[in-house]
Amino acid sequence: MIERAIRVTVNGRVYERTVEARKTLADFLRDDLELTGTHLGCEHGVCGACTIIVDGAAVRSCLLFAVQVHGRDVQTVEGLADGETLNPLQEAFREHHGLQCGFCTPGFLMTLTCFLRECPDPSDAQIREAISGNLCRCTGYQNIVAAASAAARSLATSPRS
Amino acid sequence: MKPPRFDYLAPTSLDEALALLGQHGEEAKILAGGQSLVPLLNFRLVRPAYLVDLNEIRGLDGIRADDGHLVIGAMTRQRAVETSALVRERCPLLAEAMPQIGHVQIRNRGTVGGSLAHADPAAELPAVVAALDGEVVLRSARGRRVLKAEQFFVGYLTTAADPTELVIEVKLPATSRRTGSAFLEVSRRHGDFALVGVAATLTLDEAGVCTACALALTGVGPTPAVARDAARALVGGKPSPQAIEDVSRHVSQTLRPDSDLHASSDYRKDVAGVLTRRALTRAAERARGEGR
Repeated sequence: MIERAIRVTVNGRVYERTVEARKTLADFLRDDLELTGTHLGCEHGVCGACTIIVDGAAVRSCLLFAVQVHGRDVQTVEGLADGETLNPLQEAFREHHGLQCGFCTPGFLMTLTCFLRECPDPSDAQIREAISGNLCRCTGYQNIVAAASAAARSLATSPRS
Repeated sequence: MKPPRFDYLAPTSLDEALALLGQHGEEAKILAGGQSLVPLLNFRLVRPAYLVDLNEIRGLDGIRADDGHLVIGAMTRQRAVETSALVRERCPLLAEAMPQIGHVQIRNRGTVGGSLAHADPAAELPAVVAALDGEVVLRSARGRRVLKAEQFFVGYLTTAADPTELVIEVKLPATSRRTGSAFLEVSRRHGDFALVGVAATLTLDEAGVCTACALALTGVGPTPAVARDAARALVGGKPSPQAIEDVSRHVSQTLRPDSDLHASSDYRKDVAGVLTRRALTRAAERARGEGR
């Protein structure tokens, strides 16, 4: 087995682990760090469920190897809430029924976290473009767009993200 | 599915990477952004003994203007090209094509060199480089080669690059002020590979007469299809709606695309004609300074 030692910051906490080279970042987060909020749908970069943030950019964690994030900063869905308090984006998803089964939700939240930083006052068309790489099979996208729009308004009045 | 076992090599310099490729040749696969390679690994369609990861090498990314050219390092992320003011100014055709590649999460990792080296027959970047008559710069432990797009793309997922060679940059001629361009595609869903895509550039003189025109299509054959004869027919006259219509019909009639699960050959030919007409019309408007 080909293994490498890595040191990575996830949600502000530093982890040092030895991982097999072929282990994807998604599997590393779920199996080695027990951060199972990152979901795996297709495992080939189509569904967007495993989207996380690496060094500030939204990426598919099924298309990265854990060995590639040595020394990097990773943010997952577990890093969004403050204890039991949902952040404004999560709160907007709850309020606008932006999730049903919830499987795709972590990916949407991480995609939108990045997007709202870059585009704090988006149109619905811009939101639809931004989430075009995330698939939802339950609620449809209407409520997700409404939640994203509401989150943008809420973030504009409360300066935390 | 999960990737098969491989030995992971992460060189920190170009020389080290080239030495590894020289040593392992066909047993090695190059990992750039991984947005095409990792799915192939996960499906176990490729089983390389070694992965040579380029992400730890400094200096392989970057966008610079150089003597009438735009030079883009192979490891430049597609998202960096998409958001670059220099690209919008010097090469608007490339800027217009970028957002049509996959989705933002893909473009945050996907690289320019990786897309060119993968040579998917429905990808956007190869068509842009072919339309602009760009050059792909290759390095190996033995030296440096510069290939025109038409020499570089040789077949379905196949380039002229030897297993020991690495794409290190692409050089595109900067677009002149009197040149208009357009990139249009039709895909099943936004972000999917194109069923058909068209890259067009058109240059007008002071009198509105076309002095140069180039067309390249993606999704209609194993490599980008450069419609040189069709494009040449516009040169020397004004790009009137009728002239553009004639060129578009010619393009549609001369293509021989394959049928597949996504679209029939006839449908692709039809769409290629329509998109060529729209792309040339838009390029001509932009060359005249309208609707930039």
